[in-house]
Amino acid sequence: MQIAVASGKGGTGKTTVSVGLAQAYDAPVIYLDCDVEEPNGAIFLKPERKFHTDVNVRVPQVDKDNCVACGKCSELCQFNAIITMGGAAMVFPEMCHSCGGCVQICPVGAISETDNCIGSVNCGSSSQITALEGVLNIGHAMAPPLIKAVKKHVHKDVLNIIDCPPGTSCPLLESVKGSDFVILVTEPTPFGLHDLKLSVETMRELQLPFGIIINRSDSGDDRVVNYCKDEGIPLLLEIPESRKIAEAYSRGETVVQADSRLKDNLEGLLTDLIETYGGGK
Amino acid sequence: MIIAITTSGNELSAPLDRRFGRAPKFLVYNSETKEFSLKDNTQNLNAPQGAGIQAAQNVAETGAKVVITGHCGPKAFRVLSSANIAIYNTEATTVQEAISLLEEGKLVEAVQADVEGHWV
Repeated sequence: MQIAVASGKGGTGKTTVSVGLAQAYDAPVIYLDCDVEEPNGAIFLKPERKFHTDVNVRVPQVDKDNCVACGKCSELCQFNAIITMGGAAMVFPEMCHSCGGCVQICPVGAISETDNCIGSVNCGSSSQITALEGVLNIGHAMAPPLIKAVKKHVHKDVLNIIDCPPGTSCPLLESVKGSDFVILVTEPTPFGLHDLKLSVETMRELQLPFGIIINRSDSGDDRVVNYCKDEGIPLLLEIPESRKIAEAYSRGETVVQADSRLKDNLEGLLTDLIETYGGGK
Repeated sequence: MIIAITTSGNELSAPLDRRFGRAPKFLVYNSETKEFSLKDNTQNLNAPQGAGIQAAQNVAETGAKVVITGHCGPKAFRVLSSANIAIYNTEATTVQEAISLLEEGKLVEAVQADVEGHWV
């Protein structure tokens, strides 16, 4: 089964919930940190490093001696990754979406493809947890290909927890793709609710089943709870605002280590989700 | 000589926009005829990345050989340099002031980008 943990607003507790779920599960589980711009699950899981692989995408390179500066490649490219200036095409690899269109359309065969390293995938293990993370290189903007590389390690026979990036754009869509259930983590604030609504719209558009966890539930007001009631969205769990959890967090420990009741809650939640959405596994 | 200046306004007295890629428009000034026209650049305002690349192409289309702006990032600098367009950074507050400073020889041509991308 594949469970994605997403949020809309950043900093609501996606990683807190994701690593909590992974630790609460009493069987082999794969934790995949797809928040590739700043993965932080490993800070809590402290996995022992198993392997590290670089992730490349294909980007164009121009043979300036053959380029006739016709501009066909630049006209085709929707991302300003290849433009024609000063008598030849010039490439901005960090803008490229690797569609290969410029190579195809070039009438004189002046464009070929080369590897561009966008980041890496790290794999490690921590007791029954296999922990994967994508790390996007600084200065790179193309998270989805790297997220795809992380998700190649999803294994159908076990539980997979996807720790998603914030927002509702391409990196989030790539991360939740193929999930059996999505947990939206929010906080009981106007900002939390605003972004939660965007996430709910996205999940409905994608037709993915989802429910909500409110983190630091007694810190704000009840408008998120009311919203869930009005919209008929299952409220899966409320994690209280707790000094004990905050102190544990500051030491790099998880909610499961901080509060045994939360471990039971998360374990119970997983049992329910696996039963209802995962066909029992 | 044709000079492109980043601005949000429509005349020589308009404020100079210190951003290059995300400036709403360019005032394109002909120093021989003293006439000017405006070149729209608003398609870049919401671009997540690469605003400077598109803006530099817009400038090149006007035939300008000089750009005066507040700051210029690395991608825009690469495109403008390939098109042999000179870049001058200025603290001038209006378009007219920037043109006067250039004509008086008080601006120094930039030899590299003076800010990282997304500096705003």
